[in-house]
Amino acid sequence: MQLTGSQFTNASAMAGNDVATFPDFPAEIRAPKGTRAGVSGFQVQFAADEIFTPGDELDVLVAMNPAALVTNLSDVVPGGLLLVNEDSFTDKDLKLAGCHTNPLEDGSLDSYRLVRIPMTTLTRKSVEDLGLSTKLADRCKNFFAMGLVYWLFGRELTVTLEFIQAKFGDKAEIAQANERALRAGWHFGETTEIFDIGYRVAPARLAPGTYNNVMGNQALAWGLMAAARQSDKDLFLGSYPITPASEILHELSRHKNFAVRTFQAEDEIAAMCAVIGAAFGGAMAVTTTSGPGIALKSEAMGLAVILELPMLIVSVQRGGPSTGLPTKTEQADLLQVLFGRNGECPMPVLACRSPADCFDVPVQAWRIATRFMTPVIVLSDGYVANGAEPWRIPRLADLPRIPVRHPKATDDGRPFHPYSRDALLARPWAIPGTPGLMHRIGGLEKEDPTGNVCYNPENHQRMVNLRAEKVERIADDIPRQQVHGPEQGEVLVLSWGGTFGACATAVEHCLQQGMQVAHAHLRYLNPLPANLGDLLQQYRQILVPEWNRGQLRMLIQAKYLRATIGLNKIQGKPFAVQEIVDKIQTIHDCQVPK
Amino acid sequence: MSSADLPVLTAAQFASDQDVRWCPGCGDYSILAQMRRMMPRLGVPLEKIVFISGIGCSSRFPYYMNTYGMHGIHGRAPAIATGLKAVRPDLQVWVITGDGDGLSIGGNHLMHCIRRNMDINIVLFNNRVYGLTKGQYSPTSPLGQVTKSTPMGAIDNPLHPLSIAIGCEASFVARSIDVNIKHLAMVLQRAAEHQGTAFVEVYQNCVVFNDRAFQYATDRETKLDHVLELEHGKPLVFGKNREKGIRLNGLNPQVVMLGDGYDEQDLLVHDEQATEPSLAYLLSRLRHEDGFPEPIGVFRAVDAARYDEELNRQIQLAQANRGIGDLEQLFHSGDTWTVTENENTV
Repeated sequence: MQLTGSQFTNASAMAGNDVATFPDFPAEIRAPKGTRAGVSGFQVQFAADEIFTPGDELDVLVAMNPAALVTNLSDVVPGGLLLVNEDSFTDKDLKLAGCHTNPLEDGSLDSYRLVRIPMTTLTRKSVEDLGLSTKLADRCKNFFAMGLVYWLFGRELTVTLEFIQAKFGDKAEIAQANERALRAGWHFGETTEIFDIGYRVAPARLAPGTYNNVMGNQALAWGLMAAARQSDKDLFLGSYPITPASEILHELSRHKNFAVRTFQAEDEIAAMCAVIGAAFGGAMAVTTTSGPGIALKSEAMGLAVILELPMLIVSVQRGGPSTGLPTKTEQADLLQVLFGRNGECPMPVLACRSPADCFDVPVQAWRIATRFMTPVIVLSDGYVANGAEPWRIPRLADLPRIPVRHPKATDDGRPFHPYSRDALLARPWAIPGTPGLMHRIGGLEKEDPTGNVCYNPENHQRMVNLRAEKVERIADDIPRQQVHGPEQGEVLVLSWGGTFGACATAVEHCLQQGMQVAHAHLRYLNPLPANLGDLLQQYRQILVPEWNRGQLRMLIQAKYLRATIGLNKIQGKPFAVQEIVDKIQTIHDCQVPK
Repeated sequence: MSSADLPVLTAAQFASDQDVRWCPGCGDYSILAQMRRMMPRLGVPLEKIVFISGIGCSSRFPYYMNTYGMHGIHGRAPAIATGLKAVRPDLQVWVITGDGDGLSIGGNHLMHCIRRNMDINIVLFNNRVYGLTKGQYSPTSPLGQVTKSTPMGAIDNPLHPLSIAIGCEASFVARSIDVNIKHLAMVLQRAAEHQGTAFVEVYQNCVVFNDRAFQYATDRETKLDHVLELEHGKPLVFGKNREKGIRLNGLNPQVVMLGDGYDEQDLLVHDEQATEPSLAYLLSRLRHEDGFPEPIGVFRAVDAARYDEELNRQIQLAQANRGIGDLEQLFHSGDTWTVTENENTV
């Protein structure tokens, strides 16, 4: 089903639509088929306008069995189109899905446009002379459904036919069967009179350029590779497999011809430590993980802070606590990455807002890491990581250069001090192999500036303050926070990470309704942009929608002593635009004297 | 550059400017001295050498070497070293660890570093006690050892470092003793020269918390009866007058008196290059408390594929087969489409 969804997304993008997707699947690899827990879904919105979310409600639902139907029905708009595989509504299927009556017959679907199609039967017929087993033949039925939907929205089959050849080409029978099923679905739509209409969605008005449809994790991997190139570094990834971050490891492992070295470590701790070793050696070192992995890496992340070496730590957040909801999204690890270490242990934090943004953020993160000599955290989340959207391919010449310097020994006879600092408070990145600069670093407190072990009380306070001040000064090096909407007004929606799409769409909607509302979306979570405090003063109320219990809110209130209002959804799925619109409306209309 | 072109370094040049702060009489001093003394023989310049350690008394070692160094976190030195060696195969990388650091909190990393056969030299200082935390039992403390945390005696079965290393199919395994200075320097040099993970256990006396733990192996009067110095291709002979030997009785080792119905022909002959690690494992299980001499020297030294070498070979192979990567080309791979100024085209 995930494959079907991503193929349709590509075909829509190729047709010039703007697209946004929301793959939603269970944590189990082969969850019990036909049960509600086993439903694997793929939501896609495509439009002639610029869009930022996969949509609140479904206009069309393709349900391959009763469980898929009943778990998603509440999201379908009244009058929406239901395309149902009626072959899979046997008593056994209904029982597996926990249905006491057959929804196709009990009247519960009366307010929808129900189209019953014997997809299994038709698929089997389309491939019957190929001599496939029934089991293999039945696997083609997703392609039948795909063909039908392609017809409904006037999509070209070419892209998917090429995909079938590429994916199944070495198994000619399977390739042929899938192609037949796909075409059979298309022809079924064309020749039956079930459908009174087909839909045509005009191409979107996107900015000029060449586009590729990217998923968040893929874009993040490419962003890391671009950052390595822009700094003339080889990329080293030390990682341990974890949902939903593993695709970054997979993607980077494919690109050895870019001198990308990937190391699948024995555990999260080893992955982090290997990254520290590689950073010491002068590589662009990166680890990728999710919240449980950050928990394990925390001690080593503290070492990275005191060593003041540049490296990136990417956390693709998922539902927690503990193992939580591995395949569902959440943004409840902000405070973890900011404060989840022993001692005063500051680390810059950036967050990606969308799949395409996953390309830009690691480039900026690596720029900060090398310029300030500090580990930097990049936050993503399951929604951003697995979602897809059109990405305007940048010209390499337009990407920022990331200059990196490694000192050489001087002849002035002065000893080398590894913890001497430049104007930004960054220390020199002297790497092993450099004659004359031999030095030792470690997790014990450093003497300023020699780097020797030092237990002096005043020195400790000075070093703690230096490390903190260095990170705080990054605020002078990042862009001022921008707002979308009026510079003053009733409500400011303040958001970060994967909630961007829903917040931006909701604010745009409210602006069109004439409300005094604006949107500020934070990429930089630590330090916060220098103008943020002033900016917050320009609005009567601040609404902070988050997929947690108010973690950014806590930071904002603590730092700026500014009361804010939360909108908190912790259900493993993104905001519906309407939820945010409703909240803005309520706040906006609630006229409290200043 | 060959070693002949390099200026000859001295032991003193390997000493950093930091004061050594181990307890007076600690076995670590001897290991440090032998390391500094041995290093110039390798012909590797100071800047090409990196010492990485975890936490514990032994792990202060990098501060005292005038090379590059990193004092890491507890148990993780092999992982730090792995990352460094992966990106910098030109460096000579050493891991300094202890019985607590390497076998307790860091057991996992040690095991995986060894099985990958990274070209790293690991020296494990085994004093059978936690020194830095002031005297708790360690994973190599014998059963019954009374310490602060085991007032009625240790009840968990100890680990034996070399058995672990051989179990992970280490390509180089050796043991020496802090006070056997020439032997120790020889073993460290052999480790440095080995390609692949070299694992060295050093019996090290903790003068404060576990003094004389290895007295049986160091006491002038008894050591020749309690220690067996391994030599490649030589039969296993030991004893004050070299009057004893080890033979195999079926699958079991047996101490025999030479001349007493047995001669050297009957004894096990040491083969450090044996591809099959079983005899090396058997040697690692010879224990003083079971009535055997404990072997020192090189147990095993074989050639095996190295992770760091393979990692870089795959990079070269991919570049040879697919060409050096081109980001523009990658970004335009798959299905792309172009939107122009005036119109939307597919």
